[in-house]
Amino acid sequence: MFFSDKHAGMGELADTLAEDAYTEGRSLWRDARRRFMNHRAAVASLVVLALLLLFAAFGQYLSPWDNESIDWASLPNLDEDGLPSLASQHYFGLDPIGRDLYQRTVQGSRISLMVGVLGALTAVVIGTLYGAISGYVGGRTDAIMMRTLEVLSAFPFMFLVIVLMAVFGRNVLLIFVAIGAVSWLNMARIVRGQTLSLKRKEYIEAAMSVGVHPFLIVLRHIVPNVLGVVIVYATLLVPEMILFESFISFLGLGVSEPYTSWGALISEGADAMWTAPWTLIFPMLMLVLTLFCFNFLGDGLRDALDPKDR
Amino acid sequence: MFSFIIRRLAVAVPTILALITVSFVLMHAAPGGPFTNERNVPEAVMENIEAKYNLDKPLWQQYLIYVGNVAQGDLGPSFRYKDFTVNELIESSFPRSAYIGAWSFLFVVVFGVGLGVVAALKQNRWPDYTVMTAAMTGVVFPNFVMAPLLVLLFAVTLRWLPAGGWEGGQVEYIVLPIIAMATSYIAQVARITRSSMIETLRSPFIRTARAKGIPRHKIVLRHALKPALIPVVSYLGPAFVGIITGSVIIDQVFSTGGIGQHFVNGAINRDYSLILGVTILVGVLTIVFNAAVDILYTWLDPRVRY
Amino acid sequence: MAMLEVNNLEVAFDTPDGTLQAVRGLSYQLEAGQTLGIVGESGAGKSQGVFALMGLLPDNARVSGEVIFEGEPLLNLPEKRMNQIRAARIGMIFQDPMTSLNPFMKVSDQLIEVLVQHKGISRKQALQESLQMLEAVRIPEARNRIHCYPHEFSGGMRQRVMIAMSLLCRPRLLIADEPTTALDVTVQAQVMDLLQELQQEFNTAIILITHDLGVVAGSCDQTLVMYGGQMMEFAATRDLFRDPSHPYTKGLMGAIPRIDEQMDELVTIPGNPPNLMNLPPGCPFCDRCPVAEPRCYHELDPPERFGAERIRVCNLPREAIR
Repeated sequence: MFFSDKHAGMGELADTLAEDAYTEGRSLWRDARRRFMNHRAAVASLVVLALLLLFAAFGQYLSPWDNESIDWASLPNLDEDGLPSLASQHYFGLDPIGRDLYQRTVQGSRISLMVGVLGALTAVVIGTLYGAISGYVGGRTDAIMMRTLEVLSAFPFMFLVIVLMAVFGRNVLLIFVAIGAVSWLNMARIVRGQTLSLKRKEYIEAAMSVGVHPFLIVLRHIVPNVLGVVIVYATLLVPEMILFESFISFLGLGVSEPYTSWGALISEGADAMWTAPWTLIFPMLMLVLTLFCFNFLGDGLRDALDPKDR
Repeated sequence: MFSFIIRRLAVAVPTILALITVSFVLMHAAPGGPFTNERNVPEAVMENIEAKYNLDKPLWQQYLIYVGNVAQGDLGPSFRYKDFTVNELIESSFPRSAYIGAWSFLFVVVFGVGLGVVAALKQNRWPDYTVMTAAMTGVVFPNFVMAPLLVLLFAVTLRWLPAGGWEGGQVEYIVLPIIAMATSYIAQVARITRSSMIETLRSPFIRTARAKGIPRHKIVLRHALKPALIPVVSYLGPAFVGIITGSVIIDQVFSTGGIGQHFVNGAINRDYSLILGVTILVGVLTIVFNAAVDILYTWLDPRVRY
Repeated sequence: MAMLEVNNLEVAFDTPDGTLQAVRGLSYQLEAGQTLGIVGESGAGKSQGVFALMGLLPDNARVSGEVIFEGEPLLNLPEKRMNQIRAARIGMIFQDPMTSLNPFMKVSDQLIEVLVQHKGISRKQALQESLQMLEAVRIPEARNRIHCYPHEFSGGMRQRVMIAMSLLCRPRLLIADEPTTALDVTVQAQVMDLLQELQQEFNTAIILITHDLGVVAGSCDQTLVMYGGQMMEFAATRDLFRDPSHPYTKGLMGAIPRIDEQMDELVTIPGNPPNLMNLPPGCPFCDRCPVAEPRCYHELDPPERFGAERIRVCNLPREAIR
């Protein structure tokens, strides 16, 4: 017969598959890294953020002043002596009561970034666990968990957090907890959605039918696949957390002296803007720059890990 | 539809109850009370005050009294402003916040969607890049940053607009608050609309519409717009909450005398009934709005049925 | 002159990873009222070829060659003119009716829209005509169901709606891109019968794209076989089946399981479909062809015409294929 070449067929097939140029295995992560590197804004943002981290961690060593002591010499003539200058080594100038704004900004950066990252981490952990369990277990448990989520979603959390702050005083730890506890809702929803659609995939069914233990299924199949989405949204959560904290601090209900954060600095700057606009501009620039970078980073990660979304 | 509303109410009531309970517990768990900062008052007078505000009764009784009152629409007296009830305080300030909020929301929808559609239709060309860069900028300038910045620019430097105040809500007094409030949401809506529209336009049924010889503008308006708006509508819920929350800041910066100022003052002064009252109001508004959004879904997507 | 003439149609896509050659050297003719079947594996370029006709390719597509429809060149026409031709003179139905009909619009609106756009009649009149067409494609209770949404119809019904929609303006040519692939076999037969009936009634020419030789055998006057974007063979269906003149066609025929013969194993064409980014300069089939010669990789002879309007594109002579 023309084409039936029974015995050689199998060997040929195997060879073809092995040699075939475009069937070379490319892991998801390597592919994602390549796509990420192509996203110039995201890569640039990563660099800037790294610099920012260095600034927050070590920036204080670049200036002789510190964040608490008042420069009595310049105090009487704040309008002029308080301006940013390289000569006086008050790089960002002085704040309304004579403290070095540069050092204050460094300290504020530390707090804001810490709150942002820790808050996002809390939200990620709680949200992912909640969503994965709800999605994987399904049934009644899922229904109850989702109803609870809906009820919680209607809570005006910002208001509650403000109430918390007002009531319990302004404790840095409390802020972390409150912020993280507030923002896990969306993450939970997203993870649950992913889990649900993964559960339906044939390879999960196949694993289950072969008798793989549910825990192993979750570990080996579900977790790696949700990881991509989680990373993207975690990156986008950090700026939200920073904003949240800044919002509260701006109102005067966030971190209290001697700590400070971008929100508090911006608030002070806003009060002083008629006479000392630089006190507003510098912390504002830091905040905006950080948000910019995290947003681009999140976009880049999203493009890398989920290319159809543009 | 009717059963949908019933079901929504069934979820709403326990939600509000939960909200009240949480707020109530919080405020009474706090150290100190509304009157601990008063100067030394003779005991007898203190007892009278406490009796008047029901503070002498056991906690669970206070709770029930409060819930009962709220159910009748009475949010109780303000602990701080002795001559006013919370209802009165809210009534005098809420309309202003609502006015600014409503206008902001309108701008968010109109400009956000409009810009997003333009960017999607001119994808990867100049209008797209301009809109998206502007949007990215808008997203990173939240309202509490925007507000002082606008004041710095327009009131301090250029002296074109007043720095604050209400004056009956005239245009020059509400322009800056609205811009500060709406900008970051317009930006976000524009981004969402753009990506949603781009994805919708790639759908097979759009190709069918083209194969039917329907001109481009009709395809966008008649075929693509509704499905493209679905993710936007999802975002409107959080946007609404954001605008309400943002009004707190806008109030502070622009001194518009809206509900935000009352809330913050109440928080600082431990005016429990006031902050509880405002929180409940916001919670109710959120629930109503979310229900409205869900109803909007059914209009947009006929496959959705409750 | 034939109603439709396609000469040397080529379609390529610019992608970030390189140029993808989807169609090369496609040439054929179609007379009014005739049916042409285009067969090939997935990725053979069948759909891209007809999308080029309709101007429905994405922005990164590069089209060259010549397409003449009723005397008018179709390629690169201004969008306004193309819109006049679409649905009115050339209709099209797509593979998956669930995603090809707008799930957010009522069926009535989707039908009326075509008539109002092309014939300028009132909505009321358009509704009447749409109803008539739905009855012609045998949708039961059309009067009520026309106001339903696509998801409220079954798969077979949806495809009938698509067919009705495409014929509303009585186009001279109907392009059907794998109309039955997404349907059950029994429904498939019904839809094919329906198409043939309608063709007779409206005297529409049909281009039927499919990967199923069985469908072609039952309904097409002529058949065009494609592989790797390249036309392999074109002939009257009867001639093609009785006497295939191309190694690929022979391979396809050989792979069809027959119930009237004893078979121990299913026959396949060994190898994999070509990588369209990396096509050999000659014949795309060369690495799977049982009679390929070394030069087949480097060059492919121009189409050879023979017999009663038959075309074959192969380096080897006909005798070598037998």
